[in-house]
Amino acid sequence: MKKIVAIFLIVLVIGGFILFQNSQNNSSLVSTVPSSSPLQSQTPGSNATPSTGGSGYKDGSYTGQVADATYGNLQVQVTVKGGKITDIAFLQFPNSGGHTQEVSTVALPLLKQEAIAAQSANVNAVSGASQTSQAFVQTLQSALDQAKI
Amino acid sequence: MKKQEIIMGMPVIIEIVGRVDEKIFQDAFDYLRYIDEKFSPFKQNSEVTKINNKQSLAGLAGKRLKMSKDMKLILNLAEGTKKETDGYFDIYRNGYMNPSGIVKGWAIYRSSQILKNLGYKNFFIDVGGDIQTCGLNDQGEKWRVGIRNPFKLDEHVKILHLSDEGVATSGTYERGNHIYNPKGEMDSIVSLTVVGPNVYEADRFATPAFAMGSEGIRFIEKQKGLEGYMIDCNGIATMTSGFEQYV
Repeated sequence: MKKIVAIFLIVLVIGGFILFQNSQNNSSLVSTVPSSSPLQSQTPGSNATPSTGGSGYKDGSYTGQVADATYGNLQVQVTVKGGKITDIAFLQFPNSGGHTQEVSTVALPLLKQEAIAAQSANVNAVSGASQTSQAFVQTLQSALDQAKI
Repeated sequence: MKKQEIIMGMPVIIEIVGRVDEKIFQDAFDYLRYIDEKFSPFKQNSEVTKINNKQSLAGLAGKRLKMSKDMKLILNLAEGTKKETDGYFDIYRNGYMNPSGIVKGWAIYRSSQILKNLGYKNFFIDVGGDIQTCGLNDQGEKWRVGIRNPFKLDEHVKILHLSDEGVATSGTYERGNHIYNPKGEMDSIVSLTVVGPNVYEADRFATPAFAMGSEGIRFIEKQKGLEGYMIDCNGIATMTSGFEQYV
């Protein structure tokens, strides 16, 4: 049963995320640079957060267990208001602290930067990150388990 | 011919140019399944799980655990990578050993060697976005590999042209636009793609480089033979000085 819920959540979160990104698009061909506004600015119960099926959760703030995402730890904190998830905060995130590395910038050239932009869809393969979903679902699920009525 | 299966919980895509016996694909998929059975921290009977369950007991008894040849090899490779990355790459975390960050790239690379030994020169193996390319595609051109847009997963933000190379991307797409850090620091990197002479090299450095945050791209710049493309939360990409040779 837990496995089914986990898979269901993965699908909803990814689906909700894609829907959320689509809703941010303007009509230009250049891909959207995301706004810096935090999740709080969304209306509660929006598509970016997993659907909770209404009042299945108690109001409050719940911290999920720390999950291993291979390149570091992931940990979320879920806020429930009015029975719905209104915020998911990342308390632990792989490159979000820990030890900073001393890197001498004197000898290295300035590295080129650019704004990302959408390219042709005509490719043989796609390289993208894949390791994170399991850890994310793990920490999110453990927070939601605490929130259940 | 192109075939896809789900192994290690990820889509595995193999394309081999030309007429190929179906059995060849199965041999490659079978090898990856063997790797998953042995190294998955999520499987009860994997060697990794057994080691994690027995480690403390063996230590108490003063015994040394018996390990398979492949496991010893992986542990040695992991130790070497840890030294090369000043400890940023570490398969021991939260009291458990999880070698996934090095096994994946190594397994894909080994699979590509299997196909090469069988005489195939033009193919790619893609395991969840970590890719080993060999030779040319069916148009006789370098393989076109897109880098996924971290903010719009159905788009590519860069097209790489690869022949005998490996590419790995570390990152996370789950944050949305919410960034919170108890130390009040802005953590800003959502994706780091590394291109190297093979996917083993690309993968083992992509993992720790991503964990370094915005300094990760400088770390890749310092590595001979590796190039990188890092994307931050504002959609700004930083690339190493030799990266554009692949574009």
